Amino acid sequence: MPATGAGMSAAGELPRDGLVAVVKRDCPTCRLVEPVLAQLSGVLVFSQDDPRFPESVPNVRDDTDLDVSLALDIDTVPTLLRFAGGVEVERTVGWLRTAWEELTGLPGLGPDLPEHRPGCGSRTGDPDLADELLVRTHGDRLRSRRVELSALEDEIEALFDRGWSDGLPVVPPTPARVLRMLAGTSRAPDDLVGVVPPNLAEVTVEKVAVNAVLAGCRPEYLPVVLAAVHAACTDEFNAHGLLATTWGAGPAIVVNGPAARSIGMNSGGNALGQGNRANLTIGRALQLVIRNVGGGRPGEVDRAALGQPGKVGFCFAEDERGSPWEPLSVSRGVAPGSSAVTVFAAEGARGLADQISRTPESLARSLAAGLRGVAHPKLVTAFDATLVVCPEHARVFAQAGWSRAALEAALGEALLLQPADIERGADGIEEGVPAQLATRALPKFRPGGLMIVHAGGGAGMFSTVIGGWVGGPGGSQPVTTEVTAWT
Amino acid sequence: MDMTGGLRAAPTTRTVLDPTDERSAAHREPLPRPAALDGLRVGLLDISKPRGNVFLDRLAELLTERNVSVRRYAKPTFTKPAPMDLRREIAAECDVVIEALAD
Repeated sequence: MPATGAGMSAAGELPRDGLVAVVKRDCPTCRLVEPVLAQLSGVLVFSQDDPRFPESVPNVRDDTDLDVSLALDIDTVPTLLRFAGGVEVERTVGWLRTAWEELTGLPGLGPDLPEHRPGCGSRTGDPDLADELLVRTHGDRLRSRRVELSALEDEIEALFDRGWSDGLPVVPPTPARVLRMLAGTSRAPDDLVGVVPPNLAEVTVEKVAVNAVLAGCRPEYLPVVLAAVHAACTDEFNAHGLLATTWGAGPAIVVNGPAARSIGMNSGGNALGQGNRANLTIGRALQLVIRNVGGGRPGEVDRAALGQPGKVGFCFAEDERGSPWEPLSVSRGVAPGSSAVTVFAAEGARGLADQISRTPESLARSLAAGLRGVAHPKLVTAFDATLVVCPEHARVFAQAGWSRAALEAALGEALLLQPADIERGADGIEEGVPAQLATRALPKFRPGGLMIVHAGGGAGMFSTVIGGWVGGPGGSQPVTTEVTAWT
Repeated sequence: MDMTGGLRAAPTTRTVLDPTDERSAAHREPLPRPAALDGLRVGLLDISKPRGNVFLDRLAELLTERNVSVRRYAKPTFTKPAPMDLRREIAAECDVVIEALAD
């Protein structure tokens, strides 16, 4: 990234016309060229590590704070530059006699020196200084309040104490880490991503980046996190209601397209489980934004009676390559080949075992039987659900040529529930559909209330149902957003 | 020889950026001092430096003579901040706390 800001005042020391060299004593090539520098009358030398070096040159300036080196964007020492009319017109790095002679217009430089010696890395590239220099050159991009931790505070404990954690340790969001996170997007730090419930606080790209650092994300995950936050902040998704309900669901994310693969997300074995950094931290970052920016905390606006472990974060990728169907994002209107996130309300995942069915009709009815239990086996059209079809089940549908729509239709038919089975009191269970509504067969899910995703490992005839929450305009509807806008 | 000049790799984790909407203050002002101790519950916190107890014993005597109720607390060690549980205990049981350093 180019140096900006720092060194502008130091740059004032540079001559309008003449030669400038940047060196450090620690570099053997810099020491080698000392007699040549001493031979160049009027050369102004900036020393990165020892302001006394080179002793034999009269005009040496202290650049141990690296302001001039940053302003000149020095990568290698020695660098010899020529200025004319106040602008740099030429530079050469390392020692190459012909290049130095050409730049200075002087023949016969360093007759006792070898023809060529490569230079050394500039101190501006010193890994020990990388964070400090990053903050010095780009820290003015950051607007978030800076919080100083006292010398006695353990930094991890300090973040717990300030209430910024979901209960697990968080990564301290230092300015350097946040700047590195922001390198994951071309969006400006002050771009608005959404308005986060429950406090309806505006969230910027920078604030999302701060929380992505807390969550443990890598910078390349940031566009996915930004897209997820943007999607979760829509009226359709209704993160406020999802948070405030006494039901235990939380926001989950399924990622489609090349972004999921390029950041190494897991769509295969254990896709809904632990062990993959992108899966785990992207979902967590969204929840930390809702907690920290939106103010949505358990026991406050989050009134869940029990919650579920996935409320720490719930994110996975769809297995598109092994899928018999078009990607979920494409079914939901995104162009093929585009990366997208779909946020949806999610309870914990529950397995659906069927190791016997080899016909699509049997398997669809089998999966439908498992889906019937969402919310309650006798309740209908209130709660949405997501069905994650595993590869060994998907193969049965693929061999029969069943599209995603065909499976949806078969599930819908199998989930048309008869009044005698669902009305209040049926089966000796008081819960159920009121008798005045149970006058005909009723669908388990509202139209569009069942999402089908393909993911999982190659072995195991175990698909998974993820119950949701109240669907439709009064509840939470899945929202799909392209990632590209946030890259 | 110090080859690094004035610039060093600074401890970069001591400043963090606020992840919240910044509606609450980053720093809280201490409560104002009460004008009198009448009716207030006073905690005496020994930070466990040697002989802090001598000082606090005398304070306890003087306060008790004035009919001020006193509760005694001690940090496990002066080298570390008071444990969170102790801070909560004091906050729940006292209106005022006197923390004594004697050495």
